[in-house]
Amino acid sequence: MNVKNGYYYTKEHEWAYISGNRAKVGITDYAQHKLGDITYVDVVQTGKVVKQFEVLTGVESVKAASDVYSPLSGKVIAFNSKLTDSPELINKSPYDEGYIAEIEISDNSEIKNLMDAENYKKYLKGLEK
Amino acid sequence: MAKFTPHTENEVKEMLEVIGVKKVDDLFNDISKELRPKSFSLPSGKTEYEVKEIFETLANKNKNLILFAGAGYYDHFVPAAIDAITSRAEFYTAYTPYQPEASQGTLQAIFEYQTAISRLTGLPYSNASLYDGGTALYEAIAMAVRTNARQRILIDAGVNPIFVNIVKTYIINLSLNIEIIDLKDFHCDKETMKSKLDESISCIVVQNPNFFGFIDDYEELFKIAKEKNICCISVFNPVSLSILKTPGEMCADIAVAEGQSLGMDLCFGGPYLGILATTKDYLRKMPGRIVGKTIDKNGKECFVLTLQAREQHIKREKATSNICSNQALCALRAVVYLSLLGKNGFKNLGLLNLQKTEELKSKLKEIKAIEVIKGDTFNEFPIKIKQPINNIVNKMLEKNILAGVPASLFYKNMQDILIISVTEKRTDNELYRFVEELKKIV
Repeated sequence: MNVKNGYYYTKEHEWAYISGNRAKVGITDYAQHKLGDITYVDVVQTGKVVKQFEVLTGVESVKAASDVYSPLSGKVIAFNSKLTDSPELINKSPYDEGYIAEIEISDNSEIKNLMDAENYKKYLKGLEK
Repeated sequence: MAKFTPHTENEVKEMLEVIGVKKVDDLFNDISKELRPKSFSLPSGKTEYEVKEIFETLANKNKNLILFAGAGYYDHFVPAAIDAITSRAEFYTAYTPYQPEASQGTLQAIFEYQTAISRLTGLPYSNASLYDGGTALYEAIAMAVRTNARQRILIDAGVNPIFVNIVKTYIINLSLNIEIIDLKDFHCDKETMKSKLDESISCIVVQNPNFFGFIDDYEELFKIAKEKNICCISVFNPVSLSILKTPGEMCADIAVAEGQSLGMDLCFGGPYLGILATTKDYLRKMPGRIVGKTIDKNGKECFVLTLQAREQHIKREKATSNICSNQALCALRAVVYLSLLGKNGFKNLGLLNLQKTEELKSKLKEIKAIEVIKGDTFNEFPIKIKQPINNIVNKMLEKNILAGVPASLFYKNMQDILIISVTEKRTDNELYRFVEELKKIV
C-alpha cells in the first residue's frame, strides 16, 4: 500500500495534506483498494462546515457505500468537481488527482489527533495481523 | 384446514424440544412482561360461509352514488383489460421482486412504468413508485432536506391537506419546520411565497391544479427559488398532465402525485399509488427502487435494479428511505392504463374531463343562489353557497348524489364552499340531474 510522506492520516483511512491554514483531503490508497472501483462521490457543497472525524461526504463503490470523515474541522472551500464525471480518479490517484475536497482549517491543534506517515504505516500493519 | 395452519401442535412441540424451550411464550422472554400485549382480542374462528356473509352485509351498506367528489381521488373509468392483465399470476404481487434478476417480466413492467411517468412529468427520473400521494410528498421533502441540509419548508395552502397531514405525521419527531402559506382568492399567494424565500428554506411545495381545482403556472416562482438553492416540489394530478404544462416545463426539481386516477378503483384508503419523479441533481437522494435496462454477458437486453447504494441493504441506517419495496401492482395498473389509452387517448381523456367540468360550471352559473368561483380549472372547481354546505350535501345524498367535498372539512374559514369534481364518467343525464336536484335545495 502506498502511504505518502508529509500527509496526515485518520484511523478511518482519510488523509489530509496541510499547507498553511488549508488542507486537501481524500481517502488513502488502502481505502480505495478495500472499496474497489469507486462509482460515485457525493458532491460536497462549498461553505459546508465540518467537524473533525464527522461525515464529510459519501462514496459508492461496486462493493459498498461508505462515509468519508473529515480529518480536520473547518469550512469546505472547494470540491474536486472532476470526481463527478470521473470518480475512478480516486482509484487511479488517491493522493493527488483523486483528492475530494479542500478545507479551511479552523483549529490547527487538531493535527495532533492525526497520524503521520510512519504511524499510519504501523497502523496498517496492525490491521493486517 | 391444514393448508392454512402453518404448524401442527406436534410440530410446534418438536421444534421447542430441539431448541430447548418449554413453551412458545418463553421465546418472548427478552421482552419484559409489561411491554407485551395482555391480549390480542382476536375473535374466535369463523367458517368461510360465515365470513362471506359478514362481508356481504358490509358491502351492501355501500350506496351506489353518482360521484362529484374529488379532492385528490377521482372517479375515472377503469377498463376491464386492466384487471385481466394485472391479475395474471406472473404479475400478481404487491412487491418488487426480491430476486429481481429472476423476475424480468415484473422488472420490465416497472421500467415501462418509470418511462411513462418520466414522459408524463417531463422529468428524467422516476422511481418504481411509493405508497401513495402523501407518502410521495413526504419523501420529496426528505430529499430536499437531505440535499441542502436546511430545515424550513414552505407549503402553499392549496396543496392537498390530506397529503400535508401525512407529511406532518412523518416529520413529527424531526426538527423540521413547516409553514403553510395562506391562499389568495383560492390561488397560491406567489408574492408572499417569493418574499419568504431565503437561504434558510429547504423547499417549497405547490400543487397544480390546486386543491380547489385552479390551474397556475409556477415556472417563475420556481426559477426565483432555485437561485437560492431551494428545492421546488410540484404536486400534480396525473390526468391533468395530458393537457397542462408539466412540472418539468415549470422547472420543478421534484414532482409527486397520487396515482389513483391512472386505472385504480376508488377504495376507502387504498391501495393507491405514490408517483415521484425528479432531476439528476436529486437522483441519488431519491428513495425507493429504480429499475434500469442493460445488456447481459451474452449481449442480450435485460433489466436490473440499479443505484442500489441508496438502499438500506447496502447503506443500512443511512439509507435514503426504509422504502425498499414499491406499489408494484398499482404501478402496473398505471402503466397498463396509460398504454391502453395511448398518447392520443390520454389527451382526449383530459379534454373530456375539462369539457364536462366546463359544462357543469356553465349550468351552475345560471342558478342565482350559487356563485361559481372564477378562474381556470381542470376537472374540479369550487362553488359558494350561502347555506350550510353539509345540509346541501346530505340532502343530495338522499338523491344518491355525492355533490362534492365541503371545503370546511379542511379549511375552517370556508364554511360556504363546496368543491365539485367532474370526470369523463359523468353522463349528460347525470349532470342534468345534479343541477336539477341542487336547484330544488338552494
